[in-house]
Amino acid sequence: MSTATLSNNREYHQAHHFPTARLESETSKLGMWIFLATEILLFSGLFMAYSAYRYTHAEMFKAAHQLLDWKLGAVNTMVLIFSSLTMALGVRSAQTNKRGATIGYLLVTLLCACAFLVVKYFEYSHKLHVGTLPGGEPGHWFSYTYKGLEGYEQPWTFFGCYFLMTGLHGLHVVIGMIAILWAMFRSIRGDFHSKYYFPVELVGLYWHLVDLIWIYLFPLLYLVG
Amino acid sequence: MTQFSPPTPLAQDDRPRPPSFYKAASGLKSWLYTLDHKRIGIMYLVSVLTFFLVGGVFALLVRTELLTPGHTIVDANTYNRLFTLHGAVMVFLVIIPSVPASLGNLILPLQLGAKDVAFPRLNLMSYYVYVCGALFALYSIVTGAVDTGWTFYTPYSTTSQTSVISMTLAVFILGFSSIFTGLNFIATTHSLRAPGMTFFRMPLFVWALYATSVIQVLATPVLAITLLLLIAERVLHVGIFDPAIGGDPVLFQHFFWFYSHPAVYIMIVPGFGIISDIISCFARKAIFGYRAIAMSSISIAIIGFLVWGHHMFTSGQSELAGMIFSFLTFLVAIPTAIKVLNWVATLYKGSIVLRTPMWYTLGFLFLFTIGGLTGLYLGTMSIDLHLHDTYFVVAHFHYVMMGGTMFAFIGGLHYWWPKITGRMYNETLGNIACLTAFIGFNMTFMSQFVLGTQGMPRRYYSYLDQFQPLHAFSSVGSYVLGLGFLMTAICLISSLKSGAKASDNPWGGTTLEWKTSSPPPLENFEEPPVVTAGPYDRAPAQH
Repeated sequence: MSTATLSNNREYHQAHHFPTARLESETSKLGMWIFLATEILLFSGLFMAYSAYRYTHAEMFKAAHQLLDWKLGAVNTMVLIFSSLTMALGVRSAQTNKRGATIGYLLVTLLCACAFLVVKYFEYSHKLHVGTLPGGEPGHWFSYTYKGLEGYEQPWTFFGCYFLMTGLHGLHVVIGMIAILWAMFRSIRGDFHSKYYFPVELVGLYWHLVDLIWIYLFPLLYLVG
Repeated sequence: MTQFSPPTPLAQDDRPRPPSFYKAASGLKSWLYTLDHKRIGIMYLVSVLTFFLVGGVFALLVRTELLTPGHTIVDANTYNRLFTLHGAVMVFLVIIPSVPASLGNLILPLQLGAKDVAFPRLNLMSYYVYVCGALFALYSIVTGAVDTGWTFYTPYSTTSQTSVISMTLAVFILGFSSIFTGLNFIATTHSLRAPGMTFFRMPLFVWALYATSVIQVLATPVLAITLLLLIAERVLHVGIFDPAIGGDPVLFQHFFWFYSHPAVYIMIVPGFGIISDIISCFARKAIFGYRAIAMSSISIAIIGFLVWGHHMFTSGQSELAGMIFSFLTFLVAIPTAIKVLNWVATLYKGSIVLRTPMWYTLGFLFLFTIGGLTGLYLGTMSIDLHLHDTYFVVAHFHYVMMGGTMFAFIGGLHYWWPKITGRMYNETLGNIACLTAFIGFNMTFMSQFVLGTQGMPRRYYSYLDQFQPLHAFSSVGSYVLGLGFLMTAICLISSLKSGAKASDNPWGGTTLEWKTSSPPPLENFEEPPVVTAGPYDRAPAQH
């Protein structure tokens, strides 16, 4: 579809079954919005599980969340919000035919994503070290072994929520990075111009969703109260 | 059968026509890498029918085991696996993709007057994702299968020693295939309608697929996360669903049915669309209440999201929640009844032509109405407490899924067979096969309504001696049903070799797919169609 005929004057870039290039761009964006809706529903299950256990085990959630470092979470929130800005600027420069700027902004976005994952790596390895892990059954490497939350029921469920939510989100960050790399590669090749840049826009939409989900995860996990 | 008067042919036969999509390219690669919605639809069709055979064999083994109380052919553990595999294969590999991914892929762009679906690559990818999911399911079957029932309820699924994780992954992956198809159809319907085709000039099959796609896109991700959590529960023991470490099994049921009840409508609503098209065509009459039928598909899609708790009346959810879910369940009956009554009204004073697709449609009307009405019994809390998890439930959902969806699917397969393959099947054999399946179906499941009211619980390996005659009757019925489908298979497959060549419009249909050749050329229409009338408008009598 995206590698379909590119006419010489680079005015049109449309798949054969769309009557106009504009319709192809609009349809692709509609498709991406629908896909984003499915992503929100995918996370909604985790948000429901989180809500159910936060409601039934409020004290445990409050105690367990204090083992997370809210400063690291805040840094990551800033990094992602900043990367959303650079992503938006990247889309804008693709629209205004500024190829160099597009590549630069996409690169900064990619670096932000890397920074996010580095911080996450330190958080995860710390948890592995102290044993604040999701396994409720003793004897595995991922079993919860932390001493210090005695008196609270099943604290591993909080860390189960933490690892599942941030893990699934982290996976989305990685997929987003691959998408950004793809958009960079195509920018370098010179595929985009003011009449054909919707693929960058699609990557941008996806990346904003990844940020948006983190903006909910941060207070839910790090700022329980 | 001389009353067929196809509309005056527009194209004369001496004009050369473009080659059909089968002949546009050849070789294995032309299929494996195809972006043509028709070829992808055919690959889906073959896969779905193959798994229909697999699931059917599991069903016959289950019924054979139940011929007598106690051991008949397999032991209890094997029996648990058999009924689980029957359910899982039929639901996830057959019924959910059956109409949308196979017939929908083939027909939706044709009915819209489009050259293809909006995202052909995504379409091909959805097929390969389906194949990948199917491979995981097969892997699970050969490495110990699953004995939890197709619903994967915890704590069965968290404690079972069988191959639960690979089956769960299979269903997880199949879900993505379903999402991609739904996404594609929504975008196609919005963007690629032929000039002049407003939303209210779309055939009702398109409306039904549109409503189905909305459900697929909104519900399936919730199943995906549920299964992911289940895998996490089994692998990591997180304590969300497993009561042994503080989890809540009822939470699993909420999660599961939040998808799986809407999934019931993913299964049946496309069937409604097929029935609307066939009835209008073979009653030689514009459908009665077009807008009401179109809107009822959408309202079923919406209300269907709010009724999942009716699967859980006995799970210990609050009585208030039960009452609300019960009330909302009754609401679904309204749009459903609107459809049935409009179909019947379409038949009224129509000049009805009884061909095989129409026989399946009449069978559908009879069976689906029984399935739908018994659903109201089960939606009533006080009655459900007695009938919950009995054969009454089994009979109810088979009347809907099998008597409803599969009869519509096979009817639709006959209806569009000439368009898809370019061949006519043997009408007599088609009729006999339909009648045999209809009789066999009623023998199998009508008896199970009786068994259920007498207290026969579902999924049991053995039973009281007093149930034996009805069980045996049901098993014999299942053989008759199997014979009916075998005849259908012979009827359709033999037509590929020996069937007469089909004309462009053998049934006198009015929707756009009948305005191109059978089978259609690569990009569907020689000239892009322009729509100037409703989908079921028939030209007034010639003066």
